[in-house]
Amino acid sequence: MKRYALFACAAAFAMAGCSTTGSADDASDRDWTAPVGEDGNAPFSSTYERYPGRPTALVGATVYDGAGNRIDNGTVLFRDGEVVGVGDASLDTSGYDVLDGSGKFVTPGIIDIHSHLGDYPTPSVDAHSDGNEATSPTTPEVWAEHSVWPQDPGFTRALANGGVTALQILPGSANLMGGRSVTLKNVPARTVQGMKFPGAPYGFKMACGENPKRVYGNRGRMPSTRMGNFAVNRQTWLDARAYDGKKRDLAKETLKGVLDGEILVHNHCYRADEMALVMDMAKEMGYKVSAFHHAVEAYKIGDLLRENDVCSAIWADWYGFKMESYDGILENAAFLQREGACVVIHSDSAQDIQRLNQEAAKAQAAGRRLGIDISDATVIGWITLNAAKAMGIDDMTGSLEPGKMADVVLWNGDPLSVYSRPEKVWVDGALMYDALDRKRRPVSDFELGQPGEGDVK
Amino acid sequence: MKRALAFAAGLLACTSALPAAAQNIAMTGVTVATGDGSDPIENGAVVVENGRVVYAGPAAGMPQTAMPLMEAAPGTWVTPGLVATVTNLGLWDVGAVSESNDIRASGSPFSAALDAAPIVNPASQHIAIHRAAGVTRAATVTSASSSIFGGQGAIIDLGADPQAVTRARAFQIVSLGESGARLAGGSRASAHALLRNALREASEFGSDARIPGIRSRPAEQGVGDDVPLDPRLVDNRAGRGDDVLLSRFDAAALVPVVRGEQPLYVMVERASDIRSVLALRQEFANLDLVLVGASEGWLVARDIAAAGVPVIADGLDDLPQGFEELAATQSNIGRMVKAGVTVAINAAAMENPRNLNQYAGNLVALSRIPGADGLSWGQAFASITSVPARISGIGDRAGVLAPGAAGDIVIWDGDPLEVGAMPTRVYIDGVEQPLENHQSRLRDRYRDLDESDLPKAYDW
Repeated sequence: MKRYALFACAAAFAMAGCSTTGSADDASDRDWTAPVGEDGNAPFSSTYERYPGRPTALVGATVYDGAGNRIDNGTVLFRDGEVVGVGDASLDTSGYDVLDGSGKFVTPGIIDIHSHLGDYPTPSVDAHSDGNEATSPTTPEVWAEHSVWPQDPGFTRALANGGVTALQILPGSANLMGGRSVTLKNVPARTVQGMKFPGAPYGFKMACGENPKRVYGNRGRMPSTRMGNFAVNRQTWLDARAYDGKKRDLAKETLKGVLDGEILVHNHCYRADEMALVMDMAKEMGYKVSAFHHAVEAYKIGDLLRENDVCSAIWADWYGFKMESYDGILENAAFLQREGACVVIHSDSAQDIQRLNQEAAKAQAAGRRLGIDISDATVIGWITLNAAKAMGIDDMTGSLEPGKMADVVLWNGDPLSVYSRPEKVWVDGALMYDALDRKRRPVSDFELGQPGEGDVK
Repeated sequence: MKRALAFAAGLLACTSALPAAAQNIAMTGVTVATGDGSDPIENGAVVVENGRVVYAGPAAGMPQTAMPLMEAAPGTWVTPGLVATVTNLGLWDVGAVSESNDIRASGSPFSAALDAAPIVNPASQHIAIHRAAGVTRAATVTSASSSIFGGQGAIIDLGADPQAVTRARAFQIVSLGESGARLAGGSRASAHALLRNALREASEFGSDARIPGIRSRPAEQGVGDDVPLDPRLVDNRAGRGDDVLLSRFDAAALVPVVRGEQPLYVMVERASDIRSVLALRQEFANLDLVLVGASEGWLVARDIAAAGVPVIADGLDDLPQGFEELAATQSNIGRMVKAGVTVAINAAAMENPRNLNQYAGNLVALSRIPGADGLSWGQAFASITSVPARISGIGDRAGVLAPGAAGDIVIWDGDPLEVGAMPTRVYIDGVEQPLENHQSRLRDRYRDLDESDLPKAYDW
């Protein structure tokens, strides 16, 4: 009998940051997100390069472009890693390999804004528990990418069963400030640098509510209450604002990056009243929350979230597992959409990341039962363009538009139906999964020579 | 306001001692899925009288009835209620609020003796929420935590009445594999020794409840005016054959298991662990085994089928969550069914059991993927209705629409395996059930955010 691990303590992973630039240049000119190292380069830079692909024309399929549009009998053209054209059957396909998508559907690659793949990989043994540096309530100095195990088999399932082409790996929620997130291309690589999404901004994981106060309160230290949570957060922000950058400080560099708007805040928060307080704290300190994650009570403050331009990254139906999730309802997404607030469906689960399309469909259906009709094309946006926006990569991916990355899923049926699965998945125009070709699926090092190697999974 | 009144009436019905009256139902022109593994019947009909199914099949074969036909919107489906096994419905309110959570008893001196029946709360929100999702019956049980034995599970119905338990002590559950090994002290070897010892002690625990080797009513010892000490506590003159690890309660609880009168649900994942469980019957011939989890069941499907042991299998687990699940694949259930194994989808392996239908639908989707093994629609629906009902010992009257079966009827707004499908009406034993709960009340309150007249707190 298994339970999803919503939260786990972790072994320590500490980066020793000891180099200093020795310069005293104006702090406001800094690139806090990737300070230059002694070798003159930003550390841990992406080494991802797209794999070769064929110029491809998908024709005859129903296309959801991720930006809210639906094209019946549509055509999607991509070559050299980029989307070239999206339109109806009149688009010229000469020079492209034409793939008949009749009866099938095309969407942008699915994006999961909340994943712990790699930092809580399977097998989920203690030795792999690398998602929470739960030794201090604020650890802005840690970077999730330093915990990511690229061999996590979960990445492969997310690709093949979920059509996931990009995902944000976040630190856990034990800490008020959990550290930097990393956005990855869902393309297997030998190193995490080989998966890092080129040009994606960093995120910063924060957490409200029960987890931080429980973890640290149980150790007899601050915070042990929600008011303690806020006090520690506010003082930490004040200290960061005073940082002059003269001596390198990993924690302060990240916080400065947030205050300068270069690093996007992803705030784990369940209760409506707490989200409202966090938005005020952000105004007080001079930063912006990009998305509240989990946000099971977001539906109570859809108006506030719209006014503050904050997305809610939510489950379709999780509820009741902790006190702050007691008021979870199926209509959360639909009520947010009704208010014109930004909806993102997230997984926080190595299982549900394989079915984000179905989770979105469940949330859509809950609205439909109340007469809130949300189009299929809009709902696809919940797991593509809206996620990309909240992660700051929407100018590169998340929708099928000329010039964007050719991250594309061909589904064997309506992606909002339980009966459909990805048939082919392209990342930057390279075919990375094909249900019709048993060798065109990734198998992690861990699974070689094990029972079920290369199985359909 | 009407809605609020209806809810109040529903609450009244909950607290009333009078059983609500079963309603007669006659519907035609609807899609009927009987739950027996067959394909759905378009243009079907269902008739329920006095709380029992009278007819379910093609509309053309519907018997004459004087009952008024219930109206059905186009696209309506009628099915038996879903049967969820294994669950802990009724045993908790909030997972992480320990005072409200009776699922685990890691500090208890008892294990096999733990009995879910007296602690099921029929007014639990989770029961109400799952009732509204079309689950009408369930197996509910505490989890193995103080020992490898989790305790005795109950079969419940999810009706809005005080009588949830329809069968107490319906099964015993034991955890082997990685989790059982940790509970047993750190090794599968210990878990197996513990299990064998427990079953031997139970088999020697006589029908007159004697601990072997000692007279059941020992001679009293003079201790003045005090209550005499039982010599079995202080003066055990018996030989090593009388070593007992189990408390009398736990031993007594395992007597029906070792006699085969109560099924033993064994939680196990790895192929080799499954083989070892099947082999237990060479030592304990009467064991009535059920496998729970069985992520690598497909590797030993023929052995499981030959042993005639049913499986409550994790529906979609496809990750090597532990080393005991290296071969996990979503095709597990399809492959076992193909080999002739009786398989129900394990409700315990999902975020909440109301996703049973979504999981079943996914198994249908798999049948379109080359190299994968899924289920037909009828098979998939059976894996959340008639099959779990049979495993739960209620197969004669639940999980199926057949003459004589209980009137557990769910009317759906569409294909029940499709994501987002929801019941519009639910009946248990022919009694229409309220579908309101905490979540539906929050939904009603937040249909809008209008507080121009009064705060939201007055909107109820």
